[in-house]
Amino acid sequence: MTDFEGPEQVRARLEETGYLVDEGLAVACFLALRLHRPLFCEGDAGVGKTALASAFAEALDAPLIRLQCHEGIDASQALYDWDFPRQLLHLRAAEAAGVTDAARLEGELYDRRFLVARPLLKALETQPSVLLVDEIDRADDEFEAFLLELLSEFSVTIPELGTLRAEVPPVVVLTSNRTREVHDALKRRCLYHWFDHPDFARELAIVRRRLPGVSARLAEQVTALVQALRTHDLLKPPGVAETIDWAEALDALGANEVDAELAVTTLGSVLKYREDAERARGLDLAAVLAGRGA
Amino acid sequence: MPGVDAALLGFARALRAAGVEASTERVHAFLSAVDVLPADVYWAGRLTLCGERDDLERYDRVFAAFFGGTGQAARRPVTVPRAPRLRLVVRDAEGEARTAQAPDAPPVAALASTSEVLRHRDFARLSGAEREQVRRLLATLALRGEVRRSARRRPARRGEVDPHRTVRELLRRGGEPARLLRYARTEHPRRVVLLVDVSGSMAPYADALLRFAHAAVRGARTEVFTIGTRLTRVTRELSHRDPDLAMAAVASAVPDWRGGTRLGELLGVFLERWGQRGMARGAIVVVLSDGWERGDPELLAERMRRLHRLAHRVIWANPLKARPGYAPLAAGMAAALPSVDAFVEGHSLAALERLAAVVRGAEDA
Repeated sequence: MTDFEGPEQVRARLEETGYLVDEGLAVACFLALRLHRPLFCEGDAGVGKTALASAFAEALDAPLIRLQCHEGIDASQALYDWDFPRQLLHLRAAEAAGVTDAARLEGELYDRRFLVARPLLKALETQPSVLLVDEIDRADDEFEAFLLELLSEFSVTIPELGTLRAEVPPVVVLTSNRTREVHDALKRRCLYHWFDHPDFARELAIVRRRLPGVSARLAEQVTALVQALRTHDLLKPPGVAETIDWAEALDALGANEVDAELAVTTLGSVLKYREDAERARGLDLAAVLAGRGA
Repeated sequence: MPGVDAALLGFARALRAAGVEASTERVHAFLSAVDVLPADVYWAGRLTLCGERDDLERYDRVFAAFFGGTGQAARRPVTVPRAPRLRLVVRDAEGEARTAQAPDAPPVAALASTSEVLRHRDFARLSGAEREQVRRLLATLALRGEVRRSARRRPARRGEVDPHRTVRELLRRGGEPARLLRYARTEHPRRVVLLVDVSGSMAPYADALLRFAHAAVRGARTEVFTIGTRLTRVTRELSHRDPDLAMAAVASAVPDWRGGTRLGELLGVFLERWGQRGMARGAIVVVLSDGWERGDPELLAERMRRLHRLAHRVIWANPLKARPGYAPLAAGMAAALPSVDAFVEGHSLAALERLAAVVRGAEDA
């Protein structure tokens, strides 16, 4: 895996992939690589937690392996499982072929080729790799405890096969939307980074980077509008992802710039609650637009 | 460089004193991070020593005090850790002194005979000694959410056929037909969220209600917030086993004892920061408040409607409900009621026991 000399280099590399990071995140990424510690990302939806993992993977030229957590997720969905149908088929085939060596046959049944690697095992076996454990706060306590063990050893014991250990531990990014407090034991193993909404300049840079085809003026106006919307007490303040969606939507409509009327008709790209949309309609969007980019 | 390490350890200690749980493992990570990045102590520490958003502000404060020069340190002193045995908490109702409390706890027999009376006594009318007994009884209350079926399954005698275990059994027998093994969905208690009003009008009840919350937190999947002029999450503070330590921790974490209440606004904060993301989703949300709203009742009504749409059930426990002649006429209460599934009392031990039963889904009020 690429060895970086310092945070600046990590930042430069991530920016090449189109993901702009601030100082703290650059240090976090660097330390995650250097100290082999998972990176625990918390923040509002749409601030780029999941996108970081893909950018990281691209920057390291490593595959991204994603585990989406949900309530009731367990080891057989996350780690590995045996391919029972194929094992049975193997038995039947052996039977038909008249194999009599039972011990050998049994040994064959737990061969690696019958093992289905789920994301966690796949991440341990793939080197280098970036493992994204998405929305860990949706899983339950038992799964957290299980993950804790895996992340501290980067190895897993399969009773029939023995212990598999990653020679190079995968880079691990965990994300949480804070629907539930994640156990401290797990967080303790990780570097903790809180994602804030970016300021105007950085957000504009991100939009420009992600949507090079969109006119500069439109990007600037949309960013200013979103930044203004965030200062109002909305049920769901829009994230960077929504800013990009909005600019993309307006661009698709052939707009090079946006006026208050057009902004209101396309509000659905940014605001996902009826109450928020109503609120925004009551705001003086024209004034925001006049204040910026006039 | 032992001198540098000592300074870093001192910083970690100061952080801990300020309420950041910088455990040994975190400090270890901190030292190795500084080792890799000696020029970036701020970020090395922030990434390794902090564990949640609330820690960040404390971190910045302590960092400025510790590394930002001695003058600043004097102006913004690091909080000295509290003596562990402090018994803070909201005091008795009408400012009645607790000095006359009997030095010894009452004998067990007396406790048993009086407990039935105490169970129905209004918290606001307890004497010092009675208060102590009620606290002990409160500590034994358990709160569990009503169960719901989860996606997870466990082996069971009846239910659907579990293909994995059945085939494994089959393989174990070398492919001979085996017994069909079955599984059933497991049941989980729902998450319970308690929103405890600690404003001035609730002062006679806040202590008892928070102790109730303390007992509740020991069962997993319970979250507790205090509502006053601010919303404060106190689940972590309440996780101390010892009730008095937990109460002291809450007392220092909650900045707004006995202020006014802006229920609607704070309910909005709860929904935005926690509820909507999933904490209230499918949960049983209990509001423990007298419903005195200083803000706009229409706002409260709107937020309650949203809460009601998110939560599995919304329960409102009001200590005033038991008073003779009480009618939910206070503007806030009246606005909230249409979005409440169960409206119960909350003034005595018996009332809280009943509340626990309602939360469990045993019966409706």
